Amino acid sequence: MEDFLQIAGVNYRSRLIVGTGKYKDFQETKRAIEVSGAEIVTVAVRRVNITDPNKENLLDYLDPKKFTILPNTAGCYNADDAVRTCRLAREAGVGKLVKLEVIGDDKTLFPDIPATLDAAKILVKEGFIVLPYITDDPITARKLEDIGCAAVMPLAAPIGSGLGIRNPYNIRIILEHAKVPVIVDAGVGTASDAAIAMEMGCHGVLMNTAIASAKDPILMAEAMRQGIEAGRKAYLAGRIPKKLYATASSPLDGVLN
Amino acid sequence: MAAVGTVFCFMKIAVNGEDKEIANGLNLDGLLEQLQIRPARVVVELNRNIVSRDAYSTTMLVEGDKLEIVHFVGGG
Repeated sequence: MEDFLQIAGVNYRSRLIVGTGKYKDFQETKRAIEVSGAEIVTVAVRRVNITDPNKENLLDYLDPKKFTILPNTAGCYNADDAVRTCRLAREAGVGKLVKLEVIGDDKTLFPDIPATLDAAKILVKEGFIVLPYITDDPITARKLEDIGCAAVMPLAAPIGSGLGIRNPYNIRIILEHAKVPVIVDAGVGTASDAAIAMEMGCHGVLMNTAIASAKDPILMAEAMRQGIEAGRKAYLAGRIPKKLYATASSPLDGVLN
Repeated sequence: MAAVGTVFCFMKIAVNGEDKEIANGLNLDGLLEQLQIRPARVVVELNRNIVSRDAYSTTMLVEGDKLEIVHFVGGG
């Protein structure tokens, strides 16, 4: 059975979206991403260091023809900067997909929701395919969907915290109402966190630190791929209901007496 | 005299927040070459306006220009 993550009419085989930050070097970045099976990878937009222009570039290792590049607006604290960053990213010629994040506070890295809504309105109007990073708030998810965002990306927990899904009930409400993909973005710590998100019915998971900062990033990339796949299959298979008492697995007929 | 003026005249611009002195009459292509930056991997903003890649050679820099040269780096 073919099972795709569909974003703005494009089908992706992998439901794992990975970041490219915090790796030891570009070689490790490339290897981890290959092993993760991810087709969409996030990148940040930053100034070139003009006093020491590094000859190597991330895109030398990640072929934009092979991967869908998802530029983010990390580090932007207001709508104007986020929109400006997206316009710069689009000019790089990797497409119209953007991960919109407008940060509200550098300690929690929680999103500034009013600013995210403002930026999303402008970006959608300019033809961007907007994937916004949001708190796990169903109302915000609905508003962004109404604006025309192609997916909503509620956080599981603070960025880089590794706490896993802290409020599964809110994620469930978001899932119940959303008509666009719900991608859990940030806060995943290990493979079971990713599997839980998928078992709940989330359409995908975006992560960076959980892989890049693991002791063995390559092995964790594989674990995450398998966690995502296992969770998705379990969701599609339909789990049994939880019951308080036992139900025997072996037949009761024919027991020796 | 005009030739002498061209050779010795410099102008001040800002690139990625750093002041730089460049030769008069330099275009964007020339600046990137001087900075050893591959045009294919960067995006340039001149005084807050994005310059498309095919306009680099026709974009002449003038005193006081503010440039931002950005590229993609690892991020989540």
